[in-house]
Amino acid sequence: MPQIFRRSANSYARLSLLGALLLAGGLIGLIMAIGSSSYVTRANEFIEQPIQFSHLHHVGDDGIDCRYCHTSVESSPFAGIPPTKTCMNCHSQIWATAPFLEPVRSSFRDDRPLRWIRVHDLPDFVYFNHSIHVKKGMGCETCHGRIDEMPLVLQQNSLQMQWCLECHRAPEQFVRPRSEVFTMGYRPAVPQSVLGPQLVKEYGIQSLTSCSTCHR
Amino acid sequence: MLGPGHTFESVTEKISAIVMTRRTPVGWFLGFAIAFAFLMLLNVTIGHLLLTGIGIWGNNIPVGWAFDIINFVWWIGIGHAGTLISAILLLFRQQWRTSINRFAEAMTLFAVACAAMFPLLHTGRPWLAAYWLFPYPNTMNLWPQFRSPLIWDVFAVSTYFTVSLLFWYTGLVPDMATLRDRAKSRSAAVIFGVLSLGWRGSARHWQRYEMAYLLLAAISTPLVLSVHSVVSFDFAVSVLPGWHATIFPPYFVAGAIYSGFAMVMTLAVPLRKFYGLEDFITMRHIHNMTKVMLVTGMIVAYGYANEAFFAWYSANPYEQYMMANRMGGPYAVMYWSLIAINAVMIQLFWFRRVRDNVMLLFVLSLFVNVGMWLERFIIIVTSLHRDFLPSSWDMYAPTRWDFAMFTGTIGLFLSLFFLFIRFLPAIAMFEMRTLVEEETHELERPGMV
Repeated sequence: MPQIFRRSANSYARLSLLGALLLAGGLIGLIMAIGSSSYVTRANEFIEQPIQFSHLHHVGDDGIDCRYCHTSVESSPFAGIPPTKTCMNCHSQIWATAPFLEPVRSSFRDDRPLRWIRVHDLPDFVYFNHSIHVKKGMGCETCHGRIDEMPLVLQQNSLQMQWCLECHRAPEQFVRPRSEVFTMGYRPAVPQSVLGPQLVKEYGIQSLTSCSTCHR
Repeated sequence: MLGPGHTFESVTEKISAIVMTRRTPVGWFLGFAIAFAFLMLLNVTIGHLLLTGIGIWGNNIPVGWAFDIINFVWWIGIGHAGTLISAILLLFRQQWRTSINRFAEAMTLFAVACAAMFPLLHTGRPWLAAYWLFPYPNTMNLWPQFRSPLIWDVFAVSTYFTVSLLFWYTGLVPDMATLRDRAKSRSAAVIFGVLSLGWRGSARHWQRYEMAYLLLAAISTPLVLSVHSVVSFDFAVSVLPGWHATIFPPYFVAGAIYSGFAMVMTLAVPLRKFYGLEDFITMRHIHNMTKVMLVTGMIVAYGYANEAFFAWYSANPYEQYMMANRMGGPYAVMYWSLIAINAVMIQLFWFRRVRDNVMLLFVLSLFVNVGMWLERFIIIVTSLHRDFLPSSWDMYAPTRWDFAMFTGTIGLFLSLFFLFIRFLPAIAMFEMRTLVEEETHELERPGMV
């Protein structure tokens, strides 16, 4: 009876063992890498808006305080998108005829809101509260990045639960004085390792990681 | 344990002929077609389930677990006899396991495949259950709750399936080599050649093989005892009267082996008849299987008595009501059918005349399968539908989709089993050959015969 397999089958058998291991390991690694990649989280991706509103210009150049537009950030769970009226406070006079701003004017004329595209879009089973974070000394920059340098807003962090928990488990790494919450480019005067625990104590920050903190 | 006049060659020829040379009997095609039709019913049911939701079943708020878990426990229980035969009887050096272990192991695998479907599909969101139940580093920093017996189920069942598969495959390797060497066509030779992993049957191969097989048996034995214990914890860990019973682990395992042997019997009787395997699956095997069923059935009957006694002995009104409800409530017919089958009918197995009557045993083993299904129904449904708060009492009635899912898994089981019979040796040839060897030596010994 002739041999069923040629000698080369030896190599195939060995390679397939190695290949199966590599394939399994590689697949698991790949799935995990994709899961936390910005391909899934859409982080660092510029998102086209109905009007190319530039934070770089309004915050960076003009020095408008965050709360001028996002008025409810200190008192409400939702930081608020400014209504068209807020835009028109200035733009009824400034660049009043610029074609670029026509959508704002028509929104004002027709009393129809501008349809901004949400960049930081948490799933609706997460009840995020802005006011408590601001109250406990969490700077805008920590979560949203250098908004004053963004011509178009992009999501700088993954917004994945592991990212939220990173801070909820060790808030002293990120807390800053309440007076500095709205400062872009804040650098602590004392090392964070000293200041952080102090502020945590002072503001009575708890490490809240129970389910009901967010998923009510 | 073996018909007279068998040689290595005749044993191998007879078993491998089913796979290799003999024409596939019409009965096989007929049986497979019927089983496959039911498998398609399963597919339709699963499709409907995924699209519509688990509300297509009859489960309600007090009775959140019903056919889905009854069938899960039933199937996983059936699987246990396969491991008992192949592992525990190996540790006890029981040679009568030899001719039934292969298809009993296959039965285990296919029963676990049917069983595993239920824990996944009975969840409202199977697409999440499929992976959130496993501990893996994820972007949510979330892990499963290791205190829930449902999580232990995931580990128990997946380990059980993996180890059973490995055990079964290890047993198949030398037989695959036999099939490879007897293959008539090049393609069969290549397929069995790959599957037999280059088995040459050298002394070194055999020495290591025996050790590996023994170790696997030693691993499978505590596994089989723990898997069904873990399944019993699904109930025993809860606070429900009728569930929170500490006898559950051993009693569930005994029930599993009891129902599993009934299924082995149900499969063995037609198998030996249609394929003419009376020389291999002899009356001695049938007798021994019946005796194991009798022993485990008596343990199960003891479990029923124990449950009833401790319900009374507890002096707890809820426990006492639970038992009164089983015996006289709306599901009393099912309770008494259960007692009639598992505690009364099983007593027939004491009689040699019953054990000699293969056809009767086949019918009785079917009854045992029904009885053990009723046991899970009684434990799950009657404990749930009337418990602490009378305002939360309700009745449970299955819908047609409950039945479709159940019969569908039977279709899956039988389809796999038919394929197994056709394409793999249903009896372990190399183990039968060692049996031939031993029986010949016994005959040659002076003073014998």
